[in-house]
Amino acid sequence: MVSNSSTNVLLSADGTPLKKSLNRSLRQQKLRALLLIAPLLIFILVAFIMPIVSMLSRSVENELVGKTLPLTVQSIQSWDALSGELPDESVYKAFAQDIQNAAKAKVHTKVALRLNYEKSGIASLFKKTARKAKKWDIETDGPFKEKLIKVHKGWGEVEVWQTIKTHSPAYTSGYFLNAVDMRKTAQGADWQPEDKTILIKLFQRTLIMSLIITFSCIILGYPVAWLLANLPMRQANLLMILVLLPFWTSLLVRTSAWKVMLQQQGVINDVLVQLSLISDEGRLIMINNEIGTIVAMTHILLPFMILPMYSVMQTIPPSYLRAAKSLGATNWTAFWRVYFPQSVPGIGAGSILVFILAIGYYITPEIVGGTKGVFISNRIAYHILKSLNWGLAAALGTILLVAVLILYWTYDKIVGIDNVKLGG
Amino acid sequence: MNFTKTILTTASAALISGVAFAGSHMSMEMTIVSWGGAYSKSQLKAYHEPYSAKTGVTILNDDSSSTAVAQLRAMNEANNITWDVVDVEAAPAMQLCDEGLAMEIDPDTMLAAAPDGTPASEDFGDMLVSECFIPQIVYSTTFGYRTDLVGDTPPTDVCAVFDTKTYPGKRSLFSVPINQMEWALLCDGVAKADIYEVLATEEGQNQALAKLDTIKDDVIWVSSGSDTPQLLADGEVIMGATYNGRLFSLIEEQKQPVAMIWDGQVMDLDGWIIPTGLSPERQARALDYIMFATDTQRLADQAKYISYGPARASSAPLVGKHAELGIDMAPHMPTAPENLSRAFLMNYDFWADYRDDLDAKFQAWLAK
Repeated sequence: MVSNSSTNVLLSADGTPLKKSLNRSLRQQKLRALLLIAPLLIFILVAFIMPIVSMLSRSVENELVGKTLPLTVQSIQSWDALSGELPDESVYKAFAQDIQNAAKAKVHTKVALRLNYEKSGIASLFKKTARKAKKWDIETDGPFKEKLIKVHKGWGEVEVWQTIKTHSPAYTSGYFLNAVDMRKTAQGADWQPEDKTILIKLFQRTLIMSLIITFSCIILGYPVAWLLANLPMRQANLLMILVLLPFWTSLLVRTSAWKVMLQQQGVINDVLVQLSLISDEGRLIMINNEIGTIVAMTHILLPFMILPMYSVMQTIPPSYLRAAKSLGATNWTAFWRVYFPQSVPGIGAGSILVFILAIGYYITPEIVGGTKGVFISNRIAYHILKSLNWGLAAALGTILLVAVLILYWTYDKIVGIDNVKLGG
Repeated sequence: MNFTKTILTTASAALISGVAFAGSHMSMEMTIVSWGGAYSKSQLKAYHEPYSAKTGVTILNDDSSSTAVAQLRAMNEANNITWDVVDVEAAPAMQLCDEGLAMEIDPDTMLAAAPDGTPASEDFGDMLVSECFIPQIVYSTTFGYRTDLVGDTPPTDVCAVFDTKTYPGKRSLFSVPINQMEWALLCDGVAKADIYEVLATEEGQNQALAKLDTIKDDVIWVSSGSDTPQLLADGEVIMGATYNGRLFSLIEEQKQPVAMIWDGQVMDLDGWIIPTGLSPERQARALDYIMFATDTQRLADQAKYISYGPARASSAPLVGKHAELGIDMAPHMPTAPENLSRAFLMNYDFWADYRDDLDAKFQAWLAK
């Protein structure tokens, strides 16, 4: 409407255009807000985001081999790994020089350990060779092909050299392949031998059991949340304390308590035997397997389901149900058509919370899961703490993280994340 | 007279301040990492308390030994070593030494000689399995059984574990290949001397797993040393494998109806390492502590509290009675002659090579 805007610009009191001065004050406000949250932001960045990124980057990073054995990596490039023949003397000589330097700097075991993940036996092969190599004179002591093979016959195996070549680039897909039960070979990606496949199975188990736990929580938590929201204040408060009490109890204590309850000589079995429901020989096996993990984790995660459900149910006016009934609905119809749809956001919030917590659970499956009830996180912990294969652990962690994000995204597409309410 | 006295006083004062000065070159606080539980308690009584009393050093305890290698690696990468002395088993000690994360120890200059003057290198002898490792105790992984649940012929042979006909009931084993694979082969007729040679082959590994298959459904697989004693006490298993010190405390301290099968016990060593990268003051303190804590008397003292054998030859004759129970400790040691004769020595080099591979296979087998 106002075509000649340049002459009609609104001015603020000091003469600057209103738009500009408004922008400035808004910018200042934003800056102040940013400064206020800066401590938190920096803290999260330094203590949370950065460690995660640096850990995840280990899943592709493979500089160790190239850094420790630079000459070998360089000279082995011209060797055809699929020729079936051993590399020539130049590669052996480069390796002799590398291993000597590495042994003197005491870095040879790290690379040996790295390559030993790919082929068993390389650890001792490197160790033995390094011990001898310290005394060699690289210029005069050749030829090294015979010399190395004499030190250890492993150097006469094509497979050893293939392993070195395959795992020499600075970045590798090897850990991710390992994480899905595959491996990187000279011929390309290949499946692991069947007697070593475990990780895909564990991923599946983790997903399926987390879903079962989430559904058990919904089924058990819904009536409790409903009672909490609909009972008179006095009883509701008491019930609330009963819900919160286990929530405040240590995780380890609760898990150990389940051990006492569920084991074969435990409370539940003893009671069943005394009631003659089962025979003394036929005591149920309820722990150190999937049942143990599902029962204990459902119990532990239940408050995370009940609390969001409760806070949503509290906001549903009881008059809606009464209105539905007065219009002729049966109890069931009133609940199913009127009450339940309004409580769905609570279920959604609780499910996301429980599922995401369950998928990364570690200590409870470790204690009550035996061998059939452990999760992928137990394997990640093993690789971080025991086998020290941090690259594989990082790859497993990345996959888990991506899986959760994908699930979250699908959930958002199907249910809509706006439909999730944690309260009010 | 007065004059001499003054001189003497001055001299002694100078001497004392000299000592104090030397002391100030060592830090007065140190963090010692160990396994926790009864084992840490035995170290507290035998080493820490007397050392603190002697030097006034404050000792902080950290029960992180089970994850020591991973944590030391992380500390090294972050360039911030917070531990001064770390208690680890022989295999991790070798690994830490190879990676340059533990400092090398010269036993004859850095460790105390035996009371009769035998240098430490001879006194420890074969126990010095790595240049960085200061051995402390010999322990073993062995089986205990419920005396009231195994019938009239109590087991004396490790292969009773595989004999579900004579000894029906659950047994507990560790859910790792180390030890379980060796026992399986041993009880499948492989001679002790050949076990690791057989286990290095594909057929040998399958043979071990096939043997374990025969009892798979009768086994409760455990992951920590405290599980089996608990399972035995609850009667959940009739026999199970754990560390001999844990079984001792179950039998003698908690008076449970449990006895030990020493046969086929797998011996291993536990000891100290000092991380590299400590400041000179802290390193001096760590070395001073080590010199004190691994002398002949101290190692023998630890055996008053826990049934692990001292790693020094000269300590063995000094092993006395349990501090509280008053029972003779010598026969309860894995190194006692009648127990030792049936022992089995772990091959560290083999496991350094095959651990990752066999662990993957073992876990895949367990999940089947």
